[in-house]
Amino acid sequence: MIKKWVQRFYLFLIILFLYAPIGTLIVLSFNNSRTSVKWGGFSLKWYQQLFESKTILAALGNTLLLALLSAIFATILGTLAAIAIYHMKKRRQSICMSIVNIPMLNAEIVTGIAFMLLFISVGNLLSIFGIHFEMGFGTVLIGHITFNLPYVVLSVMPKLKQLNLSMYEAALDLGAGEGQAFFRIVLPDIMPGVLSGFLLSFTMSLDDFVITHFVKGLGADTLSTLIYSELRKGIKPEMYALSTIMFLAVFVVLLLVNLSPQKHIKEEQHR
Amino acid sequence: MSNRLIDLQHITKIYDGHKVLDDLNLYFNENKFLTLLGPSGCGKTTTLRILGGFETPDEGRVIFNGEDITNLPPNKRTLNTVFQKYALFTHMNIAENIAFGLKISGKSKAYIDDKIKYALKLVNLDGYEKRMPDSLSGGQQQRIAIARAIVNEPKVLLLDEPLGALDLKLRQEMQYELIRMKNELGITFIYVTHDQEEALTMSDTIVVMNQGYIQQIGSPEDIYNEPTNAFVADFIGDSNIFPGTMVEDKVVKIFDTIFPCVDTGFGHNKPVDVVIRPEDVELGKPGKGTVDGVVSHQIFKGVHYEMEVTACGQEWLVQSTKMHPVGEHVSIFVDPFNIQIMNKPESEDEEAVVLDV
Repeated sequence: MIKKWVQRFYLFLIILFLYAPIGTLIVLSFNNSRTSVKWGGFSLKWYQQLFESKTILAALGNTLLLALLSAIFATILGTLAAIAIYHMKKRRQSICMSIVNIPMLNAEIVTGIAFMLLFISVGNLLSIFGIHFEMGFGTVLIGHITFNLPYVVLSVMPKLKQLNLSMYEAALDLGAGEGQAFFRIVLPDIMPGVLSGFLLSFTMSLDDFVITHFVKGLGADTLSTLIYSELRKGIKPEMYALSTIMFLAVFVVLLLVNLSPQKHIKEEQHR
Repeated sequence: MSNRLIDLQHITKIYDGHKVLDDLNLYFNENKFLTLLGPSGCGKTTTLRILGGFETPDEGRVIFNGEDITNLPPNKRTLNTVFQKYALFTHMNIAENIAFGLKISGKSKAYIDDKIKYALKLVNLDGYEKRMPDSLSGGQQQRIAIARAIVNEPKVLLLDEPLGALDLKLRQEMQYELIRMKNELGITFIYVTHDQEEALTMSDTIVVMNQGYIQQIGSPEDIYNEPTNAFVADFIGDSNIFPGTMVEDKVVKIFDTIFPCVDTGFGHNKPVDVVIRPEDVELGKPGKGTVDGVVSHQIFKGVHYEMEVTACGQEWLVQSTKMHPVGEHVSIFVDPFNIQIMNKPESEDEEAVVLDV
């Protein structure tokens, strides 16, 4: 009995430490008072002000568009890459998988600076030919697609390994072309992996600050970079509200990611 | 010659420098049940995959109905395959699985519905249209795989060890089912298996393969009663294979004992392999047969007893409905007609034999 209570208390402590900072943030976002020291009563005014600010809404639009576009591109490219890697011979396959993994393990700041240098060099090179090139939404999108790719490959690969290859051959045998066999037989079968890759990419992109910070240039602010630059001017409670919304958005997407594979596992157990 | 449906000419297939098939020549006639039989790695599945279009031979041609289809992709061939692991489309129900090929070839809905009904009836699974593949047993899934293949009205159905994953009772049932379906459909079945009993039960013609070569082609009776070499004799059923010497026509010497036989034309004092099926060895009272021996092992097998008799310093496998206890002195007699003489193989890799089917 005591052991059970100790276990529960321990779990409580872990959750407390994990969520105390976010909890504080959420509570303060509803604080009517401007300072974080004093509780001035419940209010939604920071949320109201948040949605009246044009810069914040523009950043929100950027963030969502970036997340959506980068997730779509990364999912398509990553799925194709996973299929190619899956069909390689063992040695090549393991080499390719390590290459895919490196950007994920690499420190984000290194990737960010590397991207910045690359884009600056490309800009210099293009200016020789009289082409004007500036960092902005496009470069951020390229950056996001790049760091999302490994997540897609890693979530599609296990599904491919489970795939019964003779299903594809059976489709060909029954008269389907290679494209038809892929879209009607292989893709539906690996869909859970593709979907969770997409959702992971979406959250990673929503979440990213470091890489975006280095490649955004002057114009394209996302929510995270906006919060960062606003905070430098002084802490505004709108930012608490904004952070709360971001946290909840990521939380919901992660919930979806985690629930979809579980559903699939249940189906498998049903077999 | 004109009724050759499929003609494999000089097929060679190499994987990683290893010759899986070496100059294979084989043809199949219409409306037959043909079995490619051999141990794993003998090239039988590769042959089937070349027929289905999933592999391209490194050398040689595949002629189908007089047309060269060597480089034709699987979706352009009028053959259909039933895969070893069924390969049903797991995200589609049974009706959608069966309809897959018909939808692709653009058949009308009424036609497709009719075909699904007919195919399910043929495989004894009417009413299963809405079920999902993973709610079916292995045997049922295999039937659906067959139904899915035959609705496309192929000229030839290729079956790659389709009963391998089923238990014994179900396998025997499915053997009869397959023969019935073949007769009802009137198409050619090409069947791959390593199970000699399956091959003997179902086939019109058996092609025994080993190490990429065809060892023997013939009816089940021919293959069982007249194996052309020691490999075939050993692979098909139990047998006693002894080294012997053909003293002259109709006389063979096994371990210094002279046995009369009926084979001729081997020459004088030629070393040969002698095959005697265990059920053809007759045991009697000592001194009454050709050679005497002692029973060294005995087990009960249901229909018969299986015994090992030590004679001429060799173990003889004997099957008989009459029991002889271990230690009993017996004599061995073999009807000359039941002694099968074979030439010794020239080398370790038995020579390819090409015979007419």
